[in-house]
Amino acid sequence: MSQDKSLNSGAFGVSGTGDTSGYGGLVRNKVKPGSSERPFGSYFDDVTDELERAFPEFNDAIEKVIVDRDELTLHVKASHLFDTAKKLRDTETLRFEQCMGVSGAHYPEDKNRELHAVYHLLSMTHNRRIRIEVSIPDSNPHLPSLVEVWAGCNWNERETFDMFGIIFDGHPGLTRILMPDDWPGHPQRKDYPLGGIDVEYKGAVIPPPDERRKYQ
Amino acid sequence: MATWRTGMGLIVGLEEKLPSGFVLTSVEKLAGYMRKNSLWPATFGLACCAIEMMAAGAGRYDLARFGMEVFRASPRQADLMIVAGRVSNKMAPVLRQIYDQMAAPKWVIAMGACASSGGMFNNYAIVQGVDHVVPVDIYLPGCPPRPEMLMDAILKLHEHIGDAKLGVNREKVIREVEAAALAAVPTHSLPVFGSSA
Amino acid sequence: MSHDPYASTRETTEGTVYSVTGGDWDSLVTEIGATKEERVVVNMGPQHPSTHGVLRLILELEGETVTETRCGIGYLHTGIEKNCEYRTWTQGVTFVTRMDYLAPLFNEAAYCLGVEKLLGITNDITERASVIRVLMMELNRISSHMVALGTGALELGALSPMIFAFRERELVLDIFEMVSGLRMNMAYIRPGGVAQDLPEGATAKIRATVKELRVNFKDNAKLLIGNTIWLKRTKDIGILDLAGCTTLGVTGPVLRATGMPWDLRKTQPYCGYENYDFDVITADTSDVYGRFLIRMNELEQSLRIIEQACDKLDVLEGQPVMVADKKIAWPSQLALGGDGLGNSLNHIREIMGTSMESLIHHFKLVTEGFRVPAGQVYSAVESPRGELGVHLISDGGTRPYRVHFREPSFNNLQSTAAMCEGSQIADIVGAVASIDPVMGGVDR
Repeated sequence: MSQDKSLNSGAFGVSGTGDTSGYGGLVRNKVKPGSSERPFGSYFDDVTDELERAFPEFNDAIEKVIVDRDELTLHVKASHLFDTAKKLRDTETLRFEQCMGVSGAHYPEDKNRELHAVYHLLSMTHNRRIRIEVSIPDSNPHLPSLVEVWAGCNWNERETFDMFGIIFDGHPGLTRILMPDDWPGHPQRKDYPLGGIDVEYKGAVIPPPDERRKYQ
Repeated sequence: MATWRTGMGLIVGLEEKLPSGFVLTSVEKLAGYMRKNSLWPATFGLACCAIEMMAAGAGRYDLARFGMEVFRASPRQADLMIVAGRVSNKMAPVLRQIYDQMAAPKWVIAMGACASSGGMFNNYAIVQGVDHVVPVDIYLPGCPPRPEMLMDAILKLHEHIGDAKLGVNREKVIREVEAAALAAVPTHSLPVFGSSA
Repeated sequence: MSHDPYASTRETTEGTVYSVTGGDWDSLVTEIGATKEERVVVNMGPQHPSTHGVLRLILELEGETVTETRCGIGYLHTGIEKNCEYRTWTQGVTFVTRMDYLAPLFNEAAYCLGVEKLLGITNDITERASVIRVLMMELNRISSHMVALGTGALELGALSPMIFAFRERELVLDIFEMVSGLRMNMAYIRPGGVAQDLPEGATAKIRATVKELRVNFKDNAKLLIGNTIWLKRTKDIGILDLAGCTTLGVTGPVLRATGMPWDLRKTQPYCGYENYDFDVITADTSDVYGRFLIRMNELEQSLRIIEQACDKLDVLEGQPVMVADKKIAWPSQLALGGDGLGNSLNHIREIMGTSMESLIHHFKLVTEGFRVPAGQVYSAVESPRGELGVHLISDGGTRPYRVHFREPSFNNLQSTAAMCEGSQIADIVGAVASIDPVMGGVDR
């Protein structure tokens, strides 16, 4: 549970335009789902049991298990990511043959765990899905590349590098893929502006979406 | 207007030498008629508008009846560039290069909201209107514009081409257009619709 | 070479770069011949009639054989994912629908299923809304496959299939226009249900269109299936076996062409797909021809599902198409007026005259949007190209914290190198056409 007054006080989060129509006393709680305890339900217990059996350092590697909205999320330490991924792919009872891709996320308030990389795995043999999440600090944004485990991660890792600045060690060719090759900055980070321009109308100018008044 | 440069014109260069008068007007009419009835578009379909452009060229909304079914792949052979879709910052230099490779006389239709002004994507990745990169003759709004809207834009362009002036008449028109543009009020200073300002 | 400023040579650290613009192939060949270079790197695209959109293919050639293929993408990157973070959850639908622009309803459906999962209202979606979603998605599958077939055939040199395919597509777009008001990018499927109910006579028109489509599909089938030239261009081209598909994360017709009957509509059903009777089409040749056959046969399966959906809709006449919870359901009832599609007069009368609560709901939902409890979710649908997944992260507010789309075209396009290296240039065109990438989805 985190209650961050500085970001969320005031229902309309206005600064500068003097919008007095909001109720300044409202503080919104930002609640994230916490860690889950066993039993997890449905196939999640099987998956975590199998992983523990196959992977003796399970308790060191897995930081947290979250079961939320019928989905299993394993938070893995960056140092154990490669081994966990290999075990998930190769163990007969787990067999997560396909990696759906890497998704990045940037949480600037989580000091030392700002950048998250999220891997969605699919097991066609057992018809299961799980999610692996890794958190790394902004000061050292390195993760092992999973291209050797699932070749399809190649472009996804390039995209995550392009958009968030996460550097994947061991990637065969980590370059920008969506932005032009010489683009500065990583656009989908929270500290990168949306980059729009003012729109001219007759007698008025409307600012771009990230600079307008907004509701929390 | 935006696409005129010196030396653009018929092979003979006839129209450059004629004084303003009956003969020049007849040459203009003939040249305009020829050009507008076989305008060949270059394939520059980028995103969703490209699909509507293909639908405009397909069976139901047939562009062939205007002489435009051959979408030339090579810009060297094309007269009209229909920029159909959102132009990203990575694509902008390519767009300019294709435009430069087209031979004069050439025209540009900015098809769709994204090509005209950046559309709903007011962000880091999209060029806010292709007129930042190439001179545009017709802006066609819509997201995406129906094939019939595209045909309307093309027909308006045909009229525009058919009425285009050449030679000394053209120079006169260019000067008039420039003077009008310099004297115009900027959009954000225009009075708001219906206000008493 | 020539003195043309657009067709010249320049020296770089990697060697000489030649720009060819047409008509000067002979001079290029003589010049390269003089350097005794066996390998040439050729750039195909991003503006090219045969690369299926703004795709740049960088080919290393040895004669006519391709030794290395790389794809350059990003020419259509629109920053949709970042833009969604500045819009409410419902407004996100209009952004998201423009990613894979040939299958807009699938983008919307995946996104809305994800939002509903986060809200926890997946079981509260009315049956009529789910059936309408299935109906529209299957119609979209037909129109998307038509473009895939038409443009694929066009790129391989067959011009008539394109006209036939677009003719069929226009019939489907007529239905879209009747139901949602727009031909493409409709923003029709919204979190909680669909934007508005089907108009009067919709099911009758859809049934008539299905009959017409069944007859029309035979034109393309007769023209291409078993056609010697078509077979020569597509048989045993672009082979990607099951091992390649699984490691590359390839799904959709490319995966089913290897023989694997993996279709999310059957294995992990959503929107009530378990209640429909249809087959999963596979092929066992793993080549371009197999994928083409799969797409042709999926059309018939989609028609079956559409007919079953129409039957269901006739039974469910009168049911609402939005969730009952007024704090989430999109408030306005749309109606066709003199100036287009907009709020119906009945609705305006209600919110302005009768019910203060409705007015407040309308105002709050349209300006502020509903709040989605914090968490993250991944929801996937089977789009015409493969598994379209959306990863949504909410921090409890009215706007998404992060929207990420796992587009099938992005992952499928990676397999171009595996499919094409060692083949001829002409085969690349066929292979890319069989993957059917939509660059809006690849670049988002």
